[in-house]
Amino acid sequence: MASWTKIIEVEHIPSMGSRVVHYGEIEIAIFKTRDGSIFAINNECPHKQGKLSEGLVHGTNVTCPMHNWDIDLKNGEALGSDSGCTNIYKSKIENHTVFITL
Amino acid sequence: MKEKLIVIGNGMSGLRTIEDLFDIQKDKYDITIFGEEPHLNYNRIMLSYLLSGEKTFEDTIINHQTWYDEHNITLHKGDKVIKINKEDKKVISESGKELPYDKLLIATGSNSFIPHTIGSDLENVIGFRTKLDSDTILDLISKDKTAVVVGGGLLGLEAAYGIAMHGIKTILVHRSGSIMSQQLDRTGGRLLQKNLESYGIEFKLNTTIEKIEGKSKVERVTFTDGQTVESNIVVFATGIVPNTALAKEAGLDTKKGILVNDHLQTSDKNIFAIGECAEHKGNTYGLVAPLYEQAKFCAKKLAEKDSNGYTGSTLSTRLKISGVDLFSAGDYLGDETTEELILLDEKVGVYKKLVIYQDKIIGIVLYGDTADASWYLKLLKEHTDISDLRTKILFGKSALSGDTGHGGDDISAMADDEEICGCNGVTKGCVTKAIKEQDLKTLGDVKQCTKAGASCGSCLGVVEQILVNTLGDEYNDTVEGICDCCDVGHKVIKECIDTNDFDNVYDVFKKLEWKTDDGCIKCRPAINYYLLVKYNDVKYKNDKRSALINDRVFANIQKDGTYSVVPRIWGGLTSPQELKDMADIAVKYDVPTVKFTGGQRLDMLGVKKEQLEPMWKDLNDAGFVSGQAYAKGLRTVKTCVGNQWCRFGTQDSMQMGVDIEKMTWGSWTPHKFKIAVSGCPRNCAEATIKDIGVIAVDSGWEIHIAGNGGIKVRVTDFFTKVETDEELFHYIKAIMQFYREDAYYLERTAHWVERVGLEYVKDALLKDKANLDACAKRFDISQESAQVDPWEQSRKDGFTKEFSPIVIAPENSESFEAKERV
Repeated sequence: MASWTKIIEVEHIPSMGSRVVHYGEIEIAIFKTRDGSIFAINNECPHKQGKLSEGLVHGTNVTCPMHNWDIDLKNGEALGSDSGCTNIYKSKIENHTVFITL
Repeated sequence: MKEKLIVIGNGMSGLRTIEDLFDIQKDKYDITIFGEEPHLNYNRIMLSYLLSGEKTFEDTIINHQTWYDEHNITLHKGDKVIKINKEDKKVISESGKELPYDKLLIATGSNSFIPHTIGSDLENVIGFRTKLDSDTILDLISKDKTAVVVGGGLLGLEAAYGIAMHGIKTILVHRSGSIMSQQLDRTGGRLLQKNLESYGIEFKLNTTIEKIEGKSKVERVTFTDGQTVESNIVVFATGIVPNTALAKEAGLDTKKGILVNDHLQTSDKNIFAIGECAEHKGNTYGLVAPLYEQAKFCAKKLAEKDSNGYTGSTLSTRLKISGVDLFSAGDYLGDETTEELILLDEKVGVYKKLVIYQDKIIGIVLYGDTADASWYLKLLKEHTDISDLRTKILFGKSALSGDTGHGGDDISAMADDEEICGCNGVTKGCVTKAIKEQDLKTLGDVKQCTKAGASCGSCLGVVEQILVNTLGDEYNDTVEGICDCCDVGHKVIKECIDTNDFDNVYDVFKKLEWKTDDGCIKCRPAINYYLLVKYNDVKYKNDKRSALINDRVFANIQKDGTYSVVPRIWGGLTSPQELKDMADIAVKYDVPTVKFTGGQRLDMLGVKKEQLEPMWKDLNDAGFVSGQAYAKGLRTVKTCVGNQWCRFGTQDSMQMGVDIEKMTWGSWTPHKFKIAVSGCPRNCAEATIKDIGVIAVDSGWEIHIAGNGGIKVRVTDFFTKVETDEELFHYIKAIMQFYREDAYYLERTAHWVERVGLEYVKDALLKDKANLDACAKRFDISQESAQVDPWEQSRKDGFTKEFSPIVIAPENSESFEAKERV
């Protein structure tokens, strides 16, 4: 059984932007897309560990700020002709609060 | 219920239209294709390679059966449509099929034109248009007989070459005095002929066929010069006739071809015609590039999308004969109103001719060295004023002083293993192979497939040349969208923004039919920029979510995810107190690296994102503002010490640098923007490789523009000279504003000036005083809202709150058993 960890109220995550979560040694980027959906992903591009939290969000993708790889926030996969994958975390919003499974 | 679309013709134009249609809309039609030939869709352009044996038929197939299957297309091979009944919207085929349509696309191509000659009705007198023709030729040619080819155009030469490659004696007869007279002038024709003779082709010019003799098949050919040869085959390549019989019989309007409008519609709006069978504004086309252009507009109409429509094509051509480099485009002959620039080296076999009309290229002939073909073609298509390039243009792009482009390399001389895209490690061979094997036609195709040019883009010029060299007239250089989200280029986007009112980037996407809701890293920052320039951050607020990382958080992101902080040091001039303040702050935040930048500013590197806000506050408190070292905007004004200290200095460059920086700081531009001021012509501030370079002379200031110290250094062009400081300020404002408004997003001044021509910028600002003043004025207005320190602003409006991480200690975190699965 997965356990949900409370992160922050959803209003503190900027639309089409992100917040970084430090959980022990782990660094997670939490994104809010334009339709208000939330995604949580390991904050490392599979290419050269660029910080995905700093990327441009479009649709349910983020473009890494380092070398413009597009990463699918739904499954962590690199898009287009790039290949690679980064971990994702399940997330949900309950009572205006974001939870993710760690 | 899907509509029914029937395509008559399984050739390149019909299929290309369907492919383009699928790109826009997949499910609108049930598609049925009738092809007269018993084959899948193949590349007719490669027939000469098929004939010469350099390719197999398999190599020439464009779409395999799996493609038809995947797209649920019904293909009737070897079944010719014999009747169109447009009243009942039905077609009838030779095998007796009778099918209804909602939309009909006629892509019946053309037939060989075989002129009436004595004996031209004998067997083995054939054209050269189809695989069957190629097979027939291969069956008939023999070492004991001479093969005769009639027509010294593209097709005739390719046919003769294909035959001669098998060691067969081949005579090519051509009515006029020089070969390829449709594409080449006499000099080019003569050089080409000399080259082809080395393959064993015998030319008879100013000659034609008197008679062909034989019982039922060709046995003997007599020419008008009296010579008779034993031959068993005559190949006519004397032209093509649009195949209009079916359309004519159906009652559609035809002249040379089937008449179509800008949307490729015939006189019946449900019936379209495309390719060689169609006639648009009096022109019929027999090359591939125009039909690809037509296909795009036809597909749009079929998908019921709005478009401006097809406006006709500039023809360019390339001979498909291995080892022959030849390129021609436009009006290569010219007339009494045009001028010619010519370079001829007969010994080396190089001939270049540009036909010029009113300082613009209108025609191109290149023989022996086609490396610059794409560049010349671009200048031709964009109507670039070449007055400034004139003296060097024939020597190619690489000969331009301080070339920033990357087009100077001789592509044909480049080895296959040479790397052309450093970002993605792609070699020339890899690109050529992908183009051939995967049937790539556009820069976008190559980028996507090979990744060449997909990162920094500095090699795109080279990639484009490889495309032109590999494909010739098949190369599709129609303006591509600025990214995969759209089909429109910067020009169209800018025009649209100029003439409409938009509240945000997403409204622009909607208006221009973007394929994605949110755009991407390429288009969103561009649109954001164009809106900012139009509305000056007053009516439209800079959309941080549409800005790239550095412009969003006002600091440079470094490879490890930390940032560098650069405060403004006006004109590069500082003081002991300022240095002390900066040092104290650097110590306080434990900055690991402090460095002087190339622009004479102090760079504090390795700052964590959460440190930015307090550090900015401390810097603001000490009187600093952001140096915008991250910005697509004015970064630095570099100076030398000038006449305050230097024994050679003629003017006060330090004060001038400070004044200019105070005037221009905060301004966003299409790309980063740098200025330098040198106090004398010794130019210690290196002003001649800056976007604007100011150099002091005894009598005032020289203004230079469009320099670049980047990958390829470009020295500035001299713009003008002014006497007073006020004039200098006025010009700088106007130049910056004109660049801000006229250039494309992410286009440096160097690339912009090379694209539009220096003369264009001079005309706009030096010859048109009213425009100069208006530009300077608009710059002043834009600066009212731009000269705001982004560090202070983002601290005050709360934006920096999102900079701090959310820290959750694993041992204290509130965990809940999952109630549901997501």
